[in-house]
Amino acid sequence: MAKRTSAFGRLYRGSEGQWSWIAHRVTGVAIILFLFAHIIDTALVGWGPNAYNRVVNVYKNPIVGLLELGLVAAVIYHALNGLRIMAIDFWPKLVDRNRQLIYATMTIYLAGMAPIAVIMIGHILKEHF
Amino acid sequence: MAVRTRDGAAPPARSGEPARLRGARPRPPGRGAEFWWWAFMRVSGLVLVVLVIGHVLIMHVFGGGIDRVNFQFVAVRWQNPFWRTWDWLILSLATVHGINGLRVIILDYVRRPGARIAVTWLFYIVGILLFALGSIVVFTFDPSKWHA
Repeated sequence: MAKRTSAFGRLYRGSEGQWSWIAHRVTGVAIILFLFAHIIDTALVGWGPNAYNRVVNVYKNPIVGLLELGLVAAVIYHALNGLRIMAIDFWPKLVDRNRQLIYATMTIYLAGMAPIAVIMIGHILKEHF
Repeated sequence: MAVRTRDGAAPPARSGEPARLRGARPRPPGRGAEFWWWAFMRVSGLVLVVLVIGHVLIMHVFGGGIDRVNFQFVAVRWQNPFWRTWDWLILSLATVHGINGLRVIILDYVRRPGARIAVTWLFYIVGILLFALGSIVVFTFDPSKWHA
């Protein structure tokens, strides 16, 4: 439990496990809400090229491109944090190393996201600027 | 200390217990429905890691990203039953995984029983309808209808 002293007294800031739990929920809800929209936009291929191309063109916009990067970041976080949870479920003793596992997960996450972000921002710049 | 349960969900772990520290739902005791949902989330999650990260890398990162995606791209991609199966597996596993995730979150935040049932069933119905729509399109899509 990280308790820090400030001018207003002691402030509870949670622990790594709690933050990972909140992030897992927030990214999970974001992904399922996007999935609902994504099922509908993909289903429009069944209504022909005019309908599908019109809706897919909505995604080809620099603002939506940044949202797309955020979605990919959410998906990869949820995937890697889920693997960490499963690892502890299968090997319960790992819970003693949970803090280290979370930092290892975040290291892998940032190492993976950095090149993905460079490539995806490259798409936005190439297409719109 | 009395164990408080929420509609058969796992009892909330007290601060400092390993289940809470690792940041995930503890395994429900016994072999009831909640245990199997807990297990489903792990199994489907493991499969989805492969399917969805593959999907994200292919469609959004490599090969130019979504700027190249249009009707013709999908028509070519879905000529291959492998990709139709891949996409349908993501559709079905992610929908059930996500709706069950929402159900567990709703158990925590929607406390009034009537509202809880209403919100949970709203998402069940949305999930069933979208799963049906997606399945029909994945398996019946025929681009030759628009080539004539």
